[in-house]
Amino acid sequence: MGEILSNYDVLAAFWGTIKLSLLGTFGALVLGTIVAVLRLSPVRVFQWIGSWYVNTFRNTPLTLLMVFSILGLTFILGLQLNTQDLNSNAFRWAAVMLAVYHGAFICEALRSGVNTVPAGQAEAARAIGLTFGQSMQHVLLPQAFRGSIAPIGSTIIALIKNSTVAAVIGGGEAANLMSTVIENEGSRFSVFLVFAIGFVILTLPLGLFFTSMSRRLAVKR
Amino acid sequence: MTEPLVVLKDVQKHFGDLHVLKDIDLEIGKGEVVVVIGPSGSGKSTLCRAINRLETIESGTITIDGKTLPEEGKELAQLRADVGMVFQSFNLFAHKTILDNVTLGPIKVRKQKKAAAEKRAMELLERVGVAHQAQKFPAQLSGGQQQRVAIARSLAMDPKVMLFDEPTSALDPEMINEVLDVMVGLAKEGMTMIVVTHEMGFARKAANRVVFMADGQIVEENTPEEFFTNAKSDRAKDFLGKILTH
Ligand SMILES: Nc1ncnc2c1ncn2[C@@H]1O[C@H](COP(=O)(O)OP(=O)(O)O)[C@@H](O)[C@H]1O
Ligand SMILES: [Mg+2]
Repeated sequence: MGEILSNYDVLAAFWGTIKLSLLGTFGALVLGTIVAVLRLSPVRVFQWIGSWYVNTFRNTPLTLLMVFSILGLTFILGLQLNTQDLNSNAFRWAAVMLAVYHGAFICEALRSGVNTVPAGQAEAARAIGLTFGQSMQHVLLPQAFRGSIAPIGSTIIALIKNSTVAAVIGGGEAANLMSTVIENEGSRFSVFLVFAIGFVILTLPLGLFFTSMSRRLAVKR
Repeated sequence: MTEPLVVLKDVQKHFGDLHVLKDIDLEIGKGEVVVVIGPSGSGKSTLCRAINRLETIESGTITIDGKTLPEEGKELAQLRADVGMVFQSFNLFAHKTILDNVTLGPIKVRKQKKAAAEKRAMELLERVGVAHQAQKFPAQLSGGQQQRVAIARSLAMDPKVMLFDEPTSALDPEMINEVLDVMVGLAKEGMTMIVVTHEMGFARKAANRVVFMADGQIVEENTPEEFFTNAKSDRAKDFLGKILTH
């Protein structure tokens, strides 16, 4: 184990995974919130777009989305997120696809959170003259976020682990380094152990954090 | 009586096959206090909710201060700001402190400065007797206290008219009077009020008029004294018989 850590820059690779996960998480939260608002809006077309998004991206394997971003979007359509550097292009596409894919799950987590908010809260918000947007922003979403911290946490942890899928397009950082190490050193148990421990170090504290936050921030009724 | 502030003309509303509001004609003058009474399921809540358009109506018109209720959107939000509503289940914003519950509308809808909104909110909380709870969350207050905060939250918007939908029905008996006292005070000061309630004491003390509803219709209207002692319709007599023998 020691020689893997000294011969390869495992830390840098995990730092790449962390960056990828942070970008993906940020994007997924933004996208998921937007899509949730669409699905909850009173406008039919918006609801329709929202459910189309969720059904499409939740049901498409992440590997396909990753491959599509490079084969379909970069090579066929010429959509490059970095024209100079293929690796950076792959990394950025990986972040985008992680965000797009997990955004669908964040949306559903938020919607389940909205269901924990009694209908009377929205009515009271409308009754004092808040617009749809204002009651979303000040009354519904803050409570929905608190009610959905646990499922949002699970989605983020899944996102971190799913970032390894980006290895298929070379944007997988830790996962890509693992393939390289296995190629050079053979598939020894210690190789898996190093990377498995790396991911546990990333996700275990997060899991504990989200559990305690969801308890601390729960809205008391 | 002064010019009517709230006018309902020939209002009709169905829930599927159920005709919940039938030919509703009702005028409420400025400063008038109208108590709506009637058996459960007669459409009292729906009537209240139609007045600030939490429920849509199929035909007829509802005007508030001469303005017809607009379609859902900014304009309707503005109009709702002028119509206070107090719910049976309080509906305080559970994630906000008492103070923030009262200041949210004034700051976001009336665009008041935070400091000014808070000063006024504290005055209102003082008035309803819960100022010392301003930093607490709704779940930490008793039902009676929560309902008084809900009244303060409505008052903070300086509404032209206030709707109360069974404001004391969810309260333990010993808390009913603390809420009714606040409402009587409002009535005495000239607030226009539409109050769905079975509290006859309140109706006698504060109401100008009692409207009796049954099966989606206004069956009878009268002064409280006349209505309670000398109801004309059989439906009303029957109903009063039931609540009096309680
Ligand atoms: N959202 C709704 N959908 C279907 N039926 C409803 C709805 N709200 C109320 N009703 C029905 O309409 C009737 C009148 O209800 P409501 O106005 O709440 O009566 P009240 O307040 O006088 O008890 C009842 O029969 C009730 O079941
Ligand atoms: Mg009712």
